[in-house]
Amino acid sequence: MAMSRNISVSEASRPKLPRHARLKFDETRQVWVILAPERVLAPDEIAVEVLQLCDGVRSVGDMADQLAAKYAAPREAILTDVIGMLQDLADKGFLTEAREKTS
Amino acid sequence: MSDILADGKTAGAAPSDGLAILESQRSTAETFGIPLAVLAELTHRCPLQCPYCSNPIELDRGGSELTTEEWKKVLSELAEIGVLQIHFSGGEPTARKDLVELVQHATDVGLYSNLITSAVLLTKEKLSALADAGLCHVQISFQGNEPAVADRVAGLKNSHEKKIEAAKWTRELDMPLTVNAVMHRQNLHQLSDIIQMAVDLDADRLEVANVQYYGWALKNRAALMPTLEQIEETSRIVEEAVIRLKGILAIDYVVPDYYALRPKKCMGGWGRQFFNISPAGKVLPCHAAESITGLEFESVRSNHSIAWIWQNSEAFNRYRGTGWMPEPCKSCEFREIDFGGCRCQAFALTGDAGNTDPACTLSPMHEKIFKDAEREAAAHQDRFLYRNFAGGTLETEGEHGA
Repeated sequence: MAMSRNISVSEASRPKLPRHARLKFDETRQVWVILAPERVLAPDEIAVEVLQLCDGVRSVGDMADQLAAKYAAPREAILTDVIGMLQDLADKGFLTEAREKTS
Repeated sequence: MSDILADGKTAGAAPSDGLAILESQRSTAETFGIPLAVLAELTHRCPLQCPYCSNPIELDRGGSELTTEEWKKVLSELAEIGVLQIHFSGGEPTARKDLVELVQHATDVGLYSNLITSAVLLTKEKLSALADAGLCHVQISFQGNEPAVADRVAGLKNSHEKKIEAAKWTRELDMPLTVNAVMHRQNLHQLSDIIQMAVDLDADRLEVANVQYYGWALKNRAALMPTLEQIEETSRIVEEAVIRLKGILAIDYVVPDYYALRPKKCMGGWGRQFFNISPAGKVLPCHAAESITGLEFESVRSNHSIAWIWQNSEAFNRYRGTGWMPEPCKSCEFREIDFGGCRCQAFALTGDAGNTDPACTLSPMHEKIFKDAEREAAAHQDRFLYRNFAGGTLETEGEHGA
């Protein structure tokens, strides 16, 4: 039985863009884009900032810490927003999770 | 391959997730930026002989193909002017010995590359080399879910088996896979099984593409046209699968427009968001555009830049926007929604590319093509005219007895 490849994003997740989704600055149009099969998406500024933190090493919790410090905003609110945004991306197949090393 | 970055595919993201579609920023019919994606038809050579091939009847011979250096120059130029994605297609792109080199060059100049292939010429080593060269996505065509139907449609023995193998290698190499299933009267009964095949192959996307009737497919229309009952069943199967497989398999569905009420927004509008480059280097508004006689298409071998051809050449401006439209399109409230449908279909069915696409109910021809479709679908003339450089070969009697 095929399993859904999409992840469930939590504070402990360490998400990253999958191989087929590339975050790139489009020099011609002066916007950030996500390149994916048969699609070109234009993430907004906040999405770009969060996506640049998605390196497969940082956890979502780490990202919330970093963004809360940078914007002097409540961490809980930021965490909720970041998880919501990343889950949307994950549901569309534009985000995956770094594979856990088996212990 | 008629629907790259067409509507429905770009409309994937809701604004609520912080993603907007670049295309949607364009508001008026007359706006045309440099396309985000370009289709590079590297060759018309192909080991398959599918009767619905999207290539023109007049195939480009091997000797007229752009050289490796010419394609590299094209790729560099495309990246420079702002194209983001390149689709390597054909014919069969892997019939070009320089494909790895071209993919590597696309990667070097920053293009996102997609391989649209029949897969029968691939080996695991070749696919691995393409992955190493930076290939981002593989799309494999399937003619059915099992060899009896699939190999007959492809006109090549053991092709189905090879495709299955190549699809597995694609996923082993961790590349995303799209299964492209071209559907018609003689394989629509396999649709549920094809959907399951795509799931079993661990594909990311499935394109359920009903045949569009130009060129070879138009010649084979009587053998391919589905019945209205089949189309209704197809829509039901697809709708059910889209819901059931959410998060497992994304499904794009291309409906057959002979049975439609409104025409498709072909290519997103002529010369508006797409062009392709033919094996011999012609810059075309769509892969079927050369079927429209009387239009001159500029080549990358000319003295003009690709950007100049896109913006200024007569062929691109001939049906661009809405200014060219006669009635009933001219005063139609949908003229900026569908841009009058498909120019190639208008030409093929009415003899004038400037007419309303007969797929539209407002076309005086609509009733006729609807009746033609129903009649041909019911007549069960099942013999194929196979696509080849010799102008086609009729399937021998008895081969189609299934």
